[in-house]
Amino acid sequence: MPTLNDILILLPEFYLVAAACVLLLLDAFMKPAQRPLLHWLSIAVLLVAIYLVMAVPPSQALTAFGGMFVRDGVAEILKVFALGTTAMVFVYARPYLIDRKLVGGEFYTLMIFAVLGIMLLVSAGNLVTVYLGLELLSLSSYALVALNRDARLPPEAAIKYFVLGALASGMLLYGMSMVYGASGMGGTPTLDLAQLHNVMSYTTAPTLLLFGLVFMIVGIGFKLGAAPFHMWIPDVYQGAPTPVTTFIASGSKLAAFGMAYRLLDAGMGDLAQHWQLMLAVLAVASLAIGNLVAIVQTNLKRMLAYSTISHMGYLLLGLSAAGPEGYAAAMFYAICYALMGVAAFGVMMAMTRAGFECEEIADLKGLNQKSPWMAFLMLLAMFSLAGVPPLFGFWAKVLVLEAAIHANMLWLAIVGIVFAIIGLYYYLYVVKVMYFDKPVEGGAAQVQADRPLRLVLSLNALSLLALGLYWGPLLAWCRRAFGL
Amino acid sequence: MISLAHYIVLGAVLFCIAVAGLFINRKNVIVLLMSIELMLLAVNMNFVAFSRFLGDVAGQVFVFFILTVAAAEAAIGLAILVLLFRTRSTINIADIDSMKG
Repeated sequence: MPTLNDILILLPEFYLVAAACVLLLLDAFMKPAQRPLLHWLSIAVLLVAIYLVMAVPPSQALTAFGGMFVRDGVAEILKVFALGTTAMVFVYARPYLIDRKLVGGEFYTLMIFAVLGIMLLVSAGNLVTVYLGLELLSLSSYALVALNRDARLPPEAAIKYFVLGALASGMLLYGMSMVYGASGMGGTPTLDLAQLHNVMSYTTAPTLLLFGLVFMIVGIGFKLGAAPFHMWIPDVYQGAPTPVTTFIASGSKLAAFGMAYRLLDAGMGDLAQHWQLMLAVLAVASLAIGNLVAIVQTNLKRMLAYSTISHMGYLLLGLSAAGPEGYAAAMFYAICYALMGVAAFGVMMAMTRAGFECEEIADLKGLNQKSPWMAFLMLLAMFSLAGVPPLFGFWAKVLVLEAAIHANMLWLAIVGIVFAIIGLYYYLYVVKVMYFDKPVEGGAAQVQADRPLRLVLSLNALSLLALGLYWGPLLAWCRRAFGL
Repeated sequence: MISLAHYIVLGAVLFCIAVAGLFINRKNVIVLLMSIELMLLAVNMNFVAFSRFLGDVAGQVFVFFILTVAAAEAAIGLAILVLLFRTRSTINIADIDSMKG
């Protein structure tokens, strides 16, 4: 029976469910004139959730509902940043949504349910919880991608996302069923991740277990967007409304890292020697495809999509080190990528207006002459994505490379460095377009006058510089979560 | 006597048909939705078989969750399909190619 203690451990999640339902009701009964209130309420809901997550820092891992749900340091950090980046997306999204007449309760409610999915996923202690968290996140994301119903691209992006996402879930589930079966051969069948940890030592069907592992890694690869399972990323990034793209590039990536960590380390830790090399192959493929294809893109959102694929390659570099140091580096990388992604898309959202998406790289021509501050913020985001010292992205890259070297995968680190240099080209190209090209008619001339957006965006981009100069505490926090 | 292996092979065959349906099909988005549904049913077959033969109910409980989520998934899939048809009057997969590169 669930006890009061179980419910207290899940308090942030329960609170968020209740808050999302209240927001939905408010949206239905509010007068149109009061609608703007919904926006601020949604942000407040997320901020209170951050407080609830941080209010009781878990000294050791707490489990609820018989191990279905785990509340530990890793979950805490991922939840804080997923909630925080989503709150930032809300701030940036407002002018964008108003200009396109998309502002309404469904955006906020779906986003909050998606965040709830992330929170469940990163706290999963059981295969059922992994699946439910993942689907809550995915189903909300499919609907969000199609938010702009009457435009041509969003439904197309949504159906592509839906079909490939469902395929990935199917693969993941098929792998789970194999793992469940293997755990029952020679022992008690279990879906609990902690008990699955040492299935390899007793199972009489190791082939079945490895078979399941491969399917699960395919599912994880799809959700991370690692090559060769990256096909959906460019189309979804380009077709989705920019706020939704931002969410998929930030919160979803934190969730994908959380899922990979739970399934691979908590669930399949005994098989590390088997999945290490699989992840290394995914990492190399992602680095190569992401960085090389990004070079030829002319659409900024598509370019950032391929850049995401390459960044997932670096994240996998850390994961494939298969140890607390590697996980800490990968989590640091995921957080770093989430902040950089929000900043880069945030600048795009700051310069869009009705009928002008600011999607092409050419739209940024001569931005420095028209709006030096926005150009500077974009420069920070691009340099950080490229990994130029002393920005945040540089340290994240250094840490994953270090973790790979310590795990005796020097070759992987060398591949990572080579592709980091190749990747420099397309980020610097954006900077060159902003600073050295002549402005064009109809380009990004006006910046949204929305004050909160400009303030939060500035803080967001400057935080990339601040965290680049002073990254110790965040890294220490990440390392502490993994017991280092 | 039907053994566990028979059920697992049946599950594998259903799963392969579903994946083939997703990749070979070039005509119709509705067939994609059917393939997705078949894939989840193949997974359910596996879970129920393991659960029954290994004497543990957890697998059957998981099947209930999968069935419920599959229903929600189909609803969202069909909703997106309706939008797709409204914006371009076709659900032919070959025509859904506005984004490339």
